[in-house]
Amino acid sequence: MITAGLDIGSCTIELVVLDEDRPIFTRRSETSFDYPEQVRALLSETEYDRILVTGYGRHLVAREFGMGHVTEIKAHAAGVHHLVPEARTILDIGGQDTKVISLDKQGKVTAFEMNDRCSAGTGRFFEVMAQALACRIGELGDLALSGADRLRISSMCTVFAETEVVALRARGEAPEDVAHAVVVSVVYRVSSMIRRVGLREKAVFCGGVARNKAVVQILAQELGCGLFVPEAPDFTGAMGAAILARGS
Amino acid sequence: MNKTHEAMWKELDLDLGAHEALLTVLGRFYNDIYLSQSGRLQGMEYLDFVMGEVHGLRIREIQEARSAGRKVMGLFCVFVPEELILALDGICVGLCAGAEAGFDAAERHLPRNTCPLIKSFFGFRLARLCPYTSSCDLVIGETTCDGKKKAYELFGDFQPTYVMEVPQSKSAAARVLFRTEMDRLRETLERLTGRILEPQRLRDAIRLVNRRRSALNRLAALRAAEPAPISGRDALLINQVAFYDDPVRFTETVERLCAELEERVQKGEGVAPPRTKRILVSGCPMAVPNWKLPYVIEGSGAVIVGEESCVGARHTRDLVSEQAETVDGMLDALCDRYLRIDCATFTPNPERLDNIVRMARELHADGVIHYALEFCQPYAIESKKVENRLAAEGIPFLRVETGYSLEDIEPLRTRVEAFLETI
Repeated sequence: MITAGLDIGSCTIELVVLDEDRPIFTRRSETSFDYPEQVRALLSETEYDRILVTGYGRHLVAREFGMGHVTEIKAHAAGVHHLVPEARTILDIGGQDTKVISLDKQGKVTAFEMNDRCSAGTGRFFEVMAQALACRIGELGDLALSGADRLRISSMCTVFAETEVVALRARGEAPEDVAHAVVVSVVYRVSSMIRRVGLREKAVFCGGVARNKAVVQILAQELGCGLFVPEAPDFTGAMGAAILARGS
Repeated sequence: MNKTHEAMWKELDLDLGAHEALLTVLGRFYNDIYLSQSGRLQGMEYLDFVMGEVHGLRIREIQEARSAGRKVMGLFCVFVPEELILALDGICVGLCAGAEAGFDAAERHLPRNTCPLIKSFFGFRLARLCPYTSSCDLVIGETTCDGKKKAYELFGDFQPTYVMEVPQSKSAAARVLFRTEMDRLRETLERLTGRILEPQRLRDAIRLVNRRRSALNRLAALRAAEPAPISGRDALLINQVAFYDDPVRFTETVERLCAELEERVQKGEGVAPPRTKRILVSGCPMAVPNWKLPYVIEGSGAVIVGEESCVGARHTRDLVSEQAETVDGMLDALCDRYLRIDCATFTPNPERLDNIVRMARELHADGVIHYALEFCQPYAIESKKVENRLAAEGIPFLRVETGYSLEDIEPLRTRVEAFLETI
């Protein structure tokens, strides 16, 4: 059976099409304001027997296209369990939210935590910080890793943290040290969220922010355990939805 | 809402334009959240009518009673003993505090990060939107949380406000304090109403409020049936209206509703298909029209079977002993009953944990969703104890913290749906 999974995130949309367990088609695009239009364009390129939609925009798309929907919590769990059956803890940092999910052996969700409505510590937070540091989002990780651990950013609010970054720059601090501080501030927040749910190995880190090497490395140090990052960390939600579509 | 009440609202010094806008939004909200439900009880028509006239006919009744010399007391918390007010021929009304109304005005006086319930009762008053507040001869506050305690000091500048001291522990000394506060409230009310508290009238008031509590408890117990015979939204509404409506008329309505529910339960009928996931909501009060979380939960395919809340079980569970003969004896009995309330402002507060577990079991709940209003420290902090206890009992638990704004409804829905997927 050919199944498809769509993950409508706040920044990007991912589509995964599976022929049984084998991905035969993956695509992503910007979410944009009119995301049903984006979805229509993505789907026109492929064919499938069943589809499920997940992510922030799932309700609208499910209504518009008559699809079934699952939460991103369940979708990530299914996707990660498929890729890494030993996974017991999932950290997902997307464009606008952070989730920690605890799994059992069967890949069933046993507990989860999500940040509340603000974008503190999410992909959006890093975008704003990169802008304040005048670097590309893809370079922020390398920049942070080249910096020293000597500054602290205390505000987790994106807006206030940006003010702090600007102030540090005005004080003449090196951008790499400021970038390091930005990453550390997120790592502290995320690690306490992980501990709230309970850290059990193997821990898997997915979502777009998992592409930031500095977050992965510093968080792994803070947690004192390895963090496995899938090859395409932003596709686990869509992958999970495609897997769940089989039984839908 | 019809124009016939406009003169009255003007008399009450409401901001007519803003009030009209509020009622329009409220009406739309009610339509989406309530009238769109299927399989509702016939008896709910009365509640629809009450809600339609919540700022209309009920206010008119209250004005007529005032012209006849009765006094109106605005209450904000289940700790204020209604029995004393009723025994002195007073009328109790809940204050408007469940919507994001007048927040900009409120924030001129209160810090932004104040709990929405407090900001709302301030906002309703300052923006001149609540005919109940405007009808009050006295607002009776209490010292349950720091936010309310300090806010009443400011509120006193706008309206006569009396603050009852509620202790924060259940020690013998705390009981002595609360008993003294009972006397102080009695004196204040006697002065205000120009009446003397008579034993016969106090006994009648105790019986009346007990009868209302019993009716609501009977309704709560019927929700243990599978399938659930009434939606959580409707049950919440009934508990909300309890704070506004005439107690005799309201109690008779609830008793009739219970009879209808019993019939339904006997026939095995319900509002949701069998095996719908059953949720107990626990935590902060939900004042009209704060229906956001119930709407999200039931819109996600679950049914709410109980409210462990001040607008719910905390308001109705315990009855006052009817044994006492003297006024002092009855005041003792009131004191005993009110100090059994398991509000998170008490420390320690183990009774609440027991009550949550007992309710979850009796109502056959599949999980508990803990609801804390933003910036409500007592409930937000106590939620950890609830989480630990429920984990030990093997009852699934989700913690939610939210305010009155609708902007977080999608993230809230994701959390609730994911929780339902796990149980």
